[in-house]
Amino acid sequence: MPDDVKTLTAELARDPQSLVFLRLGELLRHKRQFDAATRVALHGLERHPHQADAHDLYARILADRHDYERAFDEWDMTLRIAPHHTGALKGLAFLYFKVGDLAQAEAHLQGAYRIEPDDPSIVQAFAVIRGEAPPPPTLLPVAEPEPLLSRDAPPPRDSVTAFPEAQVFAGLEGAQEGLLLLDAAGLVLGGALKTPDGVDVTEVVAAYLAGVSQEASRTAKLLGLGGWRGLSAEGQSGQVHLVQPTPDSMLLVVRDRSVPLGRLGMLAQRAAQASRQWLERQR
Amino acid sequence: MSASPFAHALDLITHVRGVRGAMVVARVDGLVVAEQLMEGIKGGAVAALAASLTGRLQRAMVTAGLGPSQFWHLQCDQGALLVVPAADSLLVVAITEPEVNVGLVRLELLRAAEAAG
Repeated sequence: MPDDVKTLTAELARDPQSLVFLRLGELLRHKRQFDAATRVALHGLERHPHQADAHDLYARILADRHDYERAFDEWDMTLRIAPHHTGALKGLAFLYFKVGDLAQAEAHLQGAYRIEPDDPSIVQAFAVIRGEAPPPPTLLPVAEPEPLLSRDAPPPRDSVTAFPEAQVFAGLEGAQEGLLLLDAAGLVLGGALKTPDGVDVTEVVAAYLAGVSQEASRTAKLLGLGGWRGLSAEGQSGQVHLVQPTPDSMLLVVRDRSVPLGRLGMLAQRAAQASRQWLERQR
Repeated sequence: MSASPFAHALDLITHVRGVRGAMVVARVDGLVVAEQLMEGIKGGAVAALAASLTGRLQRAMVTAGLGPSQFWHLQCDQGALLVVPAADSLLVVAITEPEVNVGLVRLELLRAAEAAG
């Protein structure tokens, strides 16, 4: 690659308004220097908030960091600015594939294909979505060392590797796939979550739940209701209960509809107690 | 009685003992569409947070293969917030005292959601 970080950094320093931040951010992303890449992308977005490629760059960095919710928002913004941005279309296809929404993944790929029918990565991605080919290294516009597309291969989860779920929820019902302990930022501390089809959605669900605790607290405060003790929700084929084992953690319990909400709450309290003890041991 | 087309839906909820207020909220932007609230409740801010929480829960639950949320319930020390999605991207929201009959409020929210849709 002709560009190097030093050269591009110097160029950007000389002209902060330059679009060279796009190349620099991409280069840093390639090198997996995500903090630096993020700074560069945000620097660019501050100066060029309507530059679709800047949002696309930031989205890819966020996706690399498994911050899928914000990556989704950035790619969504990219498409609002440039509806035919194939990078964003492929990025959103990747996110939909990642969460198992194959119809949406294919629809976004179709959009990209209409614009760039000769892009081999789109054809390859179609084959993967339709189950006709194994996952390629990535659906994202630039090749990654890590096979991001593979839903079978779980993303690196350093915190979970360090703190296996069995240690947190040992002996509790559903410890392997229906209990999830998160920190305030939505990072997984323990547990795991799978769809009824067996797809591991731990990281994605954790990302979506980041901020729930804060919003629940604000809501309770605004209403003068004191602190929040639990949040339960019913879905069409299952239900969840969220509690806060400690002020800086959150526990999610997931069960099918056959489990009454009251029992789910009790199970959540038991799991919260186990989580508190486990967190205490880690300190 | 409010002149809002949602007045009947809100009446269903606020008639339950222990309910401090009810709102119909636009899910997309969290704005209040109609409300029957006791004095002092900050409807606008609560509506925005309810819509945001609904979005987060919705995405998490759909991702987890549980389907879209049909009802959610925030339990607090001194009361609760209960929310049911309705048609046309609306939410029906109830704010309650701690000793309310949650099952009854849930049923009325579901009826109200049907009436509002």
